[in-house]
Amino acid sequence: MNRLWSHPSLVIGLIATLVFVAIGLLSLVWTPYPIEQIDIPRRFLAPSAEHWLGTDNLGRDMASLVMSGAWTSFLVAAIAVAIGVGVGVPLGLAAAAWGGPVEWVVLRLTDFVFAFPAVIVAILITTLVGPGAVNAIVAIGIFNIPVFARVARGGALSIATLDFVAAGRLAGLGNAMIAWRHLLPNIMSLLIVQGTIQMSLGILAEAGLSYIGLGTQPPATSLGLMLRDAQGMFLIHPWLTLVPGLAIVLIVIALNIAGDGLRDAIDPRLRQGNPNVLA
Amino acid sequence: MILFALRRFLGFAVTLLVAALVIFWLLDLLPGDPAQFILGINATPDAVARLRAQMGLDAPAHERFLGWIWGMLQGDFGMSYTQRAPVAELIWGRLGVTLPLSIMAMVISVVVGLPLGILAARRRGKPLDTMVMVLAQTGIAIPNFWFGMLLTLLFAVTLRWLPPGGFTPWDEDSGAALRGLILPSLALALPQASILARVMRTALVDVTSQDYIRTARAKGLTMGEAVWRHGVRNALLPVLTILGLQFAYLVAGTIIVENVFYLPGLGRLIFTAISERDLILVRGATIILIVTVTATMLVTDLTYALVDPRLRERSAP
Repeated sequence: MNRLWSHPSLVIGLIATLVFVAIGLLSLVWTPYPIEQIDIPRRFLAPSAEHWLGTDNLGRDMASLVMSGAWTSFLVAAIAVAIGVGVGVPLGLAAAAWGGPVEWVVLRLTDFVFAFPAVIVAILITTLVGPGAVNAIVAIGIFNIPVFARVARGGALSIATLDFVAAGRLAGLGNAMIAWRHLLPNIMSLLIVQGTIQMSLGILAEAGLSYIGLGTQPPATSLGLMLRDAQGMFLIHPWLTLVPGLAIVLIVIALNIAGDGLRDAIDPRLRQGNPNVLA
Repeated sequence: MILFALRRFLGFAVTLLVAALVIFWLLDLLPGDPAQFILGINATPDAVARLRAQMGLDAPAHERFLGWIWGMLQGDFGMSYTQRAPVAELIWGRLGVTLPLSIMAMVISVVVGLPLGILAARRRGKPLDTMVMVLAQTGIAIPNFWFGMLLTLLFAVTLRWLPPGGFTPWDEDSGAALRGLILPSLALALPQASILARVMRTALVDVTSQDYIRTARAKGLTMGEAVWRHGVRNALLPVLTILGLQFAYLVAGTIIVENVFYLPGLGRLIFTAISERDLILVRGATIILIVTVTATMLVTDLTYALVDPRLRERSAP
């Protein structure tokens, strides 16, 4: 634990991330104003003691919207990461533990899913069932699956050659038990780092999808949806665009710094660039 | 090499076929009947049945699927029933915006990202390195469509240098068309350039500690010469993979950025098609996007193997 805290960027990133998560959580029980409270006479107000971040075109309190929107963004990205981990990690572990045809199938499957950028999946789902936050979750989740499968397989392969795994096999453990008891615990740190990266990519992706109308729908709000609402008037009222956009940037930077810090703290050899979900 | 290329090409064809199957099956599940849609609610069941037969909708699913694939191979993507025009023609018209936009964005991100990455790696640990990395960290965190809005505010509203949106067709005024794409391509390029700068820096730093750089130094080259002649070329390998992925996702990313600038690209076509439930058009446009993504990855793989012979020996990674 001490080792973790000796990395200042990790501490800063983690604390900032936790602050944003806490603000999001707070929005579940309290926001300065109800987010659906429309008050046309009080629209386009500048920030004041009453409305910390001003009000939007419908007179809604921007601070309340950002709080609630940040929570939606976190939630969508987190569930999408859970989907990626839940499906991808078992696939990756199976590929590493069984090898042969299993590995081949898993690798071809991940290749195949890579051909479907999240936007395309979201387009297909929206055509099928209409727009909604669930589409964004599923689309980003599907994108996350091959990412986690590859990371799990890569990490597990390097562990699988070690002596204690061979000892486990000698002790009569099957592939599934090897994967569960020996491989999975040893790739946890890799998965946590990748999870942080996918969280930040997920938040960006959610923003993009909601912005083009394929994600979160009113009366719920997300940071991307706020940008969509502001689209028609951002030339006259740039403030409405600046606030949610900056919120996204700050949250993503916090997550990225935390992720980079974690990676350095856990294993400095893992430095690499991260590909982007949408663009 | 030929065997490698053949295997990759086969993989490409299979991926596309399965992708087409998934898209066809998903959109086939949908309730709603194009024939009914065209004729309206007041049409007699008889007339609907006749039109269904005429459009080939009464054939079994596998026949319609094969018919669709066969048609596409000959460049026939079917007719859009809301726009009453061939899907291929509609998509082709929109690609005139989407493709130049993606290519411009790619060029900008390479021209900006790679030199910055090299510079940062050469000045590792110095203030310049820190500055480039902070910039890249920020660039990665900025949603490209939001950056597009900011660019519009600055260059179109405040400075009035460039149009805030809209698009003049190429054959009308190609200069105006190009100017219309400058801000969108800058917006698309920002996160890509940031990623490229980071990858390039990491790759070059890794390469610098390799034995062949030391050998080159021992032969009397200065560090700068050794890195330039031997390092950069080797460091470009991982960069190449990222480039391929990036271009693939850039094409998909234009769909979002088009929205900011009211560009008549593929994205706008797809959204209209979704809201009007024009399934034939959605089907054609998504498969074109997937072909672009997959083909880019294929080309990347092949280039990679061409540049680095070590990769050909290895069976599929």
